[in-house]
Amino acid sequence: MINKQYETPADAVADIFDGATVLIGGFGAAGSPIELIHALIDQGASDLVVVNNNTGSGHVGLAALIEQGRVAKMICSFPRTAGSTVFPDKYQAGEIDLELVPQGTLAERIRAGGAGIPAFYTPTSVGTELAEGKETRTFGEREYVMEYGLTADFALIKCSQADRLGNLVYYKTARNFSPVMAMAAKTTIVQADSIVAAGDIDPEVVITPAVFVNRVVEISEPMQESAMVASSVSYP
Amino acid sequence: MNNDGNTGEDVVGWPRAEIARNIALDIPDGSIVNLGIGIPEMVAACIPQDREVIFHSENGLLGMGPPPAAGQEDPELINAGKRHVTAIPGASYFHHADSFVMIRGGHIDICVLGAMQVSQSGDLANWSMGSKDAAPAVGGAMDLVAGVDNILVATKHCTRKGQPKLVKSCTYPLTGVGVVRRIYTDLAIIDVTEQSLEVVQLAPGIDLAYVQQRTEAELTMAAIPDARQSAST
Repeated sequence: MINKQYETPADAVADIFDGATVLIGGFGAAGSPIELIHALIDQGASDLVVVNNNTGSGHVGLAALIEQGRVAKMICSFPRTAGSTVFPDKYQAGEIDLELVPQGTLAERIRAGGAGIPAFYTPTSVGTELAEGKETRTFGEREYVMEYGLTADFALIKCSQADRLGNLVYYKTARNFSPVMAMAAKTTIVQADSIVAAGDIDPEVVITPAVFVNRVVEISEPMQESAMVASSVSYP
Repeated sequence: MNNDGNTGEDVVGWPRAEIARNIALDIPDGSIVNLGIGIPEMVAACIPQDREVIFHSENGLLGMGPPPAAGQEDPELINAGKRHVTAIPGASYFHHADSFVMIRGGHIDICVLGAMQVSQSGDLANWSMGSKDAAPAVGGAMDLVAGVDNILVATKHCTRKGQPKLVKSCTYPLTGVGVVRRIYTDLAIIDVTEQSLEVVQLAPGIDLAYVQQRTEAELTMAAIPDARQSAST
């Protein structure tokens, strides 16, 4: 019998290894899998390459993982947001690498990786410094830049509801990168507000089909990153 | 250029809200629109009542509504600027790859963005001052200018220090090449044409010489000023 349920976030992230590439869902504070990230901080893996649109804020979640010196490189589109000081300071001190990717190219690279597409051409960034050194090709009258698909060892994402097989639905704009990240990782680890029986989610509304999900852990009252940042919480 | 000691704190010309209103009046009924941060965000509230305009947010929302009332904020319902928003009846949520399919695939009609510089050939620089020690951040700007046909820029005509933003050639890193269609500043509304930057409307009490003095790029006057047509037709 298939059962992807894990008892605790610690169990779910136990095998994340040093040097792993980890996709982390969330856009700003929306959809950030805080409990999974905190379990990863407790677990101790380092030299991680982390893919997220941003770099976290305050001193919790992704920002805390970076602050603990566990991230060697960030792949993201917008590494500084309001309330984000950890990454900018480390970057300025030369303590962390950055691969800056336009937001849509980042999403498509992850989607392509999950879809078995090694590379693709996009009009985004043509003629800018982010296209320097990259292959280009002309289709019709227009020039395009080649970008590589992006895959990862693990994905950490959050959803509102999962079933025991790993079918997922999301909540509002907390969805953001999570469905494509679930497709692009060898091991996709999900924290869900609730886990229900197979069949309790209408097949017509499933957003991430179970095939893309490996582990599900229930966090019935997830912490809100924005609230923690507002009240100056630090982790650990 | 602009060596008259002007600080950019022009008391003349259109205030920010009027710049936003000028843009809103050019957005046709039925348009799908993406708004950048700053003055562009103010456009939504200025759309005339008799037009239905749908707002897209890069982070997976089509049908973005106004900010919620105090106390009604939902931390999981935000816009691309990470601000709390609402969803209108008929809105939809989708993941990031789909959101940029809408952008890159040409399904968004109009995008309004801020600018650090615009060149006379319509190059846009709005993501980086080129500083080497600060972490660069690009977000979705390059995807928007590559994928949306009708790029409108909303900006003050000069920087806070009085430097012209409409230049012959951008000195800041580019966001896109030849992408801007129309520029709305506090002093004028200006089309990017094959030949020049063409002023289609001047702010009340402003003449072309005044605007040219604050513009590095060369300006021409449209044949029929003050009778501008929608940039989106």
